[in-house]
Amino acid sequence: MEIKEKIFDVYKIRNDFPCLKRKIRGKDLIYFDNAATTQRPKQVIEAIKEFYENYNANVHRGVHTLSYEASVKYEEAHQKVAEFIGAKGMEEIIFTRNASEALNLVAYSIGIHELEEGDEIITTLMEHHSNIVPWQMLRKVKKIKLHYVNVLKNGTLDLEHLEKLLNKKTKIVAFTLASNFLGTITPAKEIIKIIRNKSDAIIVCDGAQAVPHIKVNVKEIDCDFLAVSGHKMLGPTGTGFLYGKKHLLEKMEPFLYGGDMIFEVTTEGATWNELPWKFEAGTPNIAGGIGLSAAIDYLNEIGMENIENHEKELLEYALRRMREIEDIEIYGHKEQDALGLISFNIKGVHPHDIAGICDEEGIAIRSGHHCTQPLMRHFCIENSARASFYIYNTKEEIDVFIEVLKKIKKYFSK
Amino acid sequence: MIEEIYEIILDHYKNPRNYGKMENPDIEYEGGNPYCGDEIKMQFKLKNGVIEDVKFSGRGCAISQASASILTEYLKGKKIEEIKNFKKEEHLKNLGMELSPVRMKCALLAYEVMRIALFGEEEIGK
Ligand SMILES: Cc1ncc(COP(=O)(O)O)c(C=O)c1O
Repeated sequence: MEIKEKIFDVYKIRNDFPCLKRKIRGKDLIYFDNAATTQRPKQVIEAIKEFYENYNANVHRGVHTLSYEASVKYEEAHQKVAEFIGAKGMEEIIFTRNASEALNLVAYSIGIHELEEGDEIITTLMEHHSNIVPWQMLRKVKKIKLHYVNVLKNGTLDLEHLEKLLNKKTKIVAFTLASNFLGTITPAKEIIKIIRNKSDAIIVCDGAQAVPHIKVNVKEIDCDFLAVSGHKMLGPTGTGFLYGKKHLLEKMEPFLYGGDMIFEVTTEGATWNELPWKFEAGTPNIAGGIGLSAAIDYLNEIGMENIENHEKELLEYALRRMREIEDIEIYGHKEQDALGLISFNIKGVHPHDIAGICDEEGIAIRSGHHCTQPLMRHFCIENSARASFYIYNTKEEIDVFIEVLKKIKKYFSK
Repeated sequence: MIEEIYEIILDHYKNPRNYGKMENPDIEYEGGNPYCGDEIKMQFKLKNGVIEDVKFSGRGCAISQASASILTEYLKGKKIEEIKNFKKEEHLKNLGMELSPVRMKCALLAYEVMRIALFGEEEIGK
């Protein structure tokens, strides 16, 4: 622990991120929009460059050297992701463009082929639109029922409500490991126990916010699927992945059809390639996968525990300082475990103005509905501002942010 | 700093001019910006080709609301012929500050609503 703590030097880490050197209208960039997408370290950018400059080729196809090298690296990327989340091996990891595509994969492959009229799906009011809209699609085309688990006033899931909704007709339960609006980390192990007790449902976890920030182990929580965004954990844009239990992936129908995903094609039909390639039709985002692999190396080098501790410190500090401001309303963050992410409003100030003025001071924060409209409606708010932290953020940056918020409060509140 | 840059905007945001609704307007139009939820409605009373009265109502960020207030001040008493040549750049100048491209949409909402109200649907997206 001693040694690990020494390795975590936020100023050294910052040096690895070229974009953090940007000036915005002459001011130092303060990047607090990490829940949307993170910055990338030079190690990731270099890995992508290295691929394009030294072994650029298609994967799985050629006997030539470049193709072989690219294939090895691309497969290794799957293996690294598998180890990172505690999966059995790369056959359980499917690369996608983002977390949304990973959730759609499950909705199409299982939903379309295996659900029947009258079956039930449970999601929650806490979800990102990505973990709601695909299930609504199934409701429409398969005539299934869709239920939403309530969110309590303190910003946690109502587990008693979940228990009541579960029954033998429940075929899929999809819930997030952490909320991108409230910051709340959901008690996944406990939730999954409840589900398994009362149904045989397939359990789909949205790890888009959790996996970049806290240690997630799929064996420990025992989910069936996990959807993750690579671009929210230092990886390139256009990357994400789906973890699925091998025995489920084996019997599932493919999602996209075409090249690379087949074993053999005749004019009569086709048989499917082995896992995970059965679910990766066409030429994949090879450079992206290799970049994601470098991002995971980077996170492992720092250590997820250190990342968690650093963000916890930032969160506690930011909450304490923000609460100094009169008339600020902070959503969530009551007692529960939470990510370094704070959604808030200042009374009498439109969140768009908060984000706009922060931008003038070089601070990048989000404003809007954060793709969680049902949740926001549940809390009777239309939009909010949101600041979200990552490994390279500092208390000094939070101090600058607080000063700007105080000025906004002073001059803009009616 | 903030208070200086935003001087005119803040003045109009906190004390909007011509805010409210009128009975029996000759023309009215309402527009919104779904991305950020800004909404502006403008109502006009016309007489002999002149804007006799104008009112706006709506909700949204300071820029969108102040911009509407500033615009109504400019419009009141002007000939419609004259307004026809009133460019959006001139309206932006009246706001008294440089806007980043992202906030331009907020600032131009009222202007667009006015153009559509007075000069018709073909103004949409101009
Ligand atoms: C909780 C959650 N789920 C899913 C997504 C969608 O991720 P992606 O944009 O990678 O599809 C996000 C991203 O904003 C998110 O915060």
